[in-house]
Amino acid sequence: MTAYAELSTREAYGKVLVELGEQYKDIVVLDADLSRSTMTKYFAEKFPERFFQCGLEEQNMMSIAGGLAVSGKIPFVSTFAVFAACRCFDQVRVCVAQPKLNVKVVATHGGITVGEDGASHHAIEDLALYCSLPGFNVVVPADGIETAEAVKAAAATPGPFYIRLGRPKFPAVNTDGYRFNLGKAVMLRDGKDATIIACGVMVSKALEAANSLASQGVDCRVLNMPTLKPLDEPAIIAAATQTGAIVVAEEHLLHGGLGSRVAQVVAREKPVPMGFIGIKDIYAKSGKPDELLQRYGLTAEAVQQAVKAVIGKKSG
Amino acid sequence: MAEPGVKLDLSLPELEKMARHLRRHVITMIATAGSGHPGGSLSAADIITALYFKAMLHKPGNPQWPERDRFVLSKGHAAPILYAVLAECGYFPVKELSTLRKLDSRLQGHTDRTLTPGVEMSAGSLGQGLSYGIGIALAGRLDKKGYRVYVLLGDGECEEGQVWEAAMFAPHHRMDNITAIIDHNDLQLDGRVCDIMGLEPLPDKWRAFNWHVLEIDGHNIKDILQALKKAREIKGKPTVIIAHTVKGKGVSFMEGNVDFHGKAPSPQETEQALKELA
Repeated sequence: MTAYAELSTREAYGKVLVELGEQYKDIVVLDADLSRSTMTKYFAEKFPERFFQCGLEEQNMMSIAGGLAVSGKIPFVSTFAVFAACRCFDQVRVCVAQPKLNVKVVATHGGITVGEDGASHHAIEDLALYCSLPGFNVVVPADGIETAEAVKAAAATPGPFYIRLGRPKFPAVNTDGYRFNLGKAVMLRDGKDATIIACGVMVSKALEAANSLASQGVDCRVLNMPTLKPLDEPAIIAAATQTGAIVVAEEHLLHGGLGSRVAQVVAREKPVPMGFIGIKDIYAKSGKPDELLQRYGLTAEAVQQAVKAVIGKKSG
Repeated sequence: MAEPGVKLDLSLPELEKMARHLRRHVITMIATAGSGHPGGSLSAADIITALYFKAMLHKPGNPQWPERDRFVLSKGHAAPILYAVLAECGYFPVKELSTLRKLDSRLQGHTDRTLTPGVEMSAGSLGQGLSYGIGIALAGRLDKKGYRVYVLLGDGECEEGQVWEAAMFAPHHRMDNITAIIDHNDLQLDGRVCDIMGLEPLPDKWRAFNWHVLEIDGHNIKDILQALKKAREIKGKPTVIIAHTVKGKGVSFMEGNVDFHGKAPSPQETEQALKELA
């Protein structure tokens, strides 16, 4: 029994992939010379005949995955998020999304918490790109437990998936026994004054912010929203209706990711004041993950300020 | 493996006659649609006829038959010749060919595998078919199936970097259940391939990537069949057949004419073309 709570999202992925490899004989794994970083190396060691080392050929790899899927295999394709999204976007579009094939793109090293490698390696556009593809499921797990559950769900659910994982270990927000439901948000904390909606590393920041705010008499709901697509619209509408203000926090550009998607639902169904925590139309620099989160405003403190600001904008 | 009423094992004269018949379909379809790419369909007509009416194992009545040989059209703009052969094989009614490119048609401008029976790949963005075919061939090897994968590429398409990623991959994995065929018609949209982006020495490039290379006249069906047979016999590495062809083959004013890469013939040109292909 693997203790996923103690693992980083990418370690959890590597481990659960081996479990799934036992269970599903049709699972095959492709990697582009990063298996020791994406942790598909565990699968490669256990099932060498079902692991395809593609070298530094990301575009080739993605189209091969389409061919494997159309032949009944369940390909898991892994590389860094910058390459999975930007390097081979056309291959994903033509060989996976348009023919609606059962390919699971699981990318690690998402966001700026990649850290010291710098801007070329910071995936801050990946969610916008994958969310733009019709029919794609897009998931951003918050911790090791949620990663394991989300990857299991992807294996069991036909259709294309993009799962975005991180490089460093994120603080655990879920506990053993957690069940991931595709397209469903999880209420981690209820409250009446405002709702914080977050995914990935920002879920722990949202909880931290909500706890601080509680001590100041501000009562926040916190929704962990791992599925960006399909979006849990009822949870968003309920948050807008019941709390009257929403802040969305994500490790991604402010445009095209979770914030944009939530805002579209809020604007259409129940307009309320909204705030957004994310990266502001800029490429980040090298630095330690925590330093970068601080520098680019992805902190619990920034979430708190945003919550106070949206509450101040509530009418009446 | 023929379905009732459809003979898929034609003699040489029958194959030549069928190729001419398919070329007529191409002209009529594109003229009816008012747009499309006649040149690259006409250059590939003999290759595709030889594959579907002789070399490949397939069952038009059961397009998903697991043991079937797979044909991947990487140069997706040659969709009309693929639709024509699929219809004549019996995958769907021949009369449906007149719906090409029309709203609600199963015959999209570029191939869509979710719509058209017998189409293995949704293509149109060049350079991806060899990789996709490799995926199908890897699955066949894992499942210990005997099917072969044939991928048809354009020569201009070989300018795409991904083609060379795939060219590196297949020999590295000692794949011998995949055959690449290059429709080397020397023309692409903007002009002659040698003027747009020099490819030569093309055979040496593939040899250097560890492929077995065959060069043939891509309009000589006997040569095409011999090369396909030879490709089946080569073990431990993939084979590429470089088929020298003429863009627009069979229609005098389209042959070697770059204008007919992606332009429909006028009614007068259509009449003339059909007369020449009679």
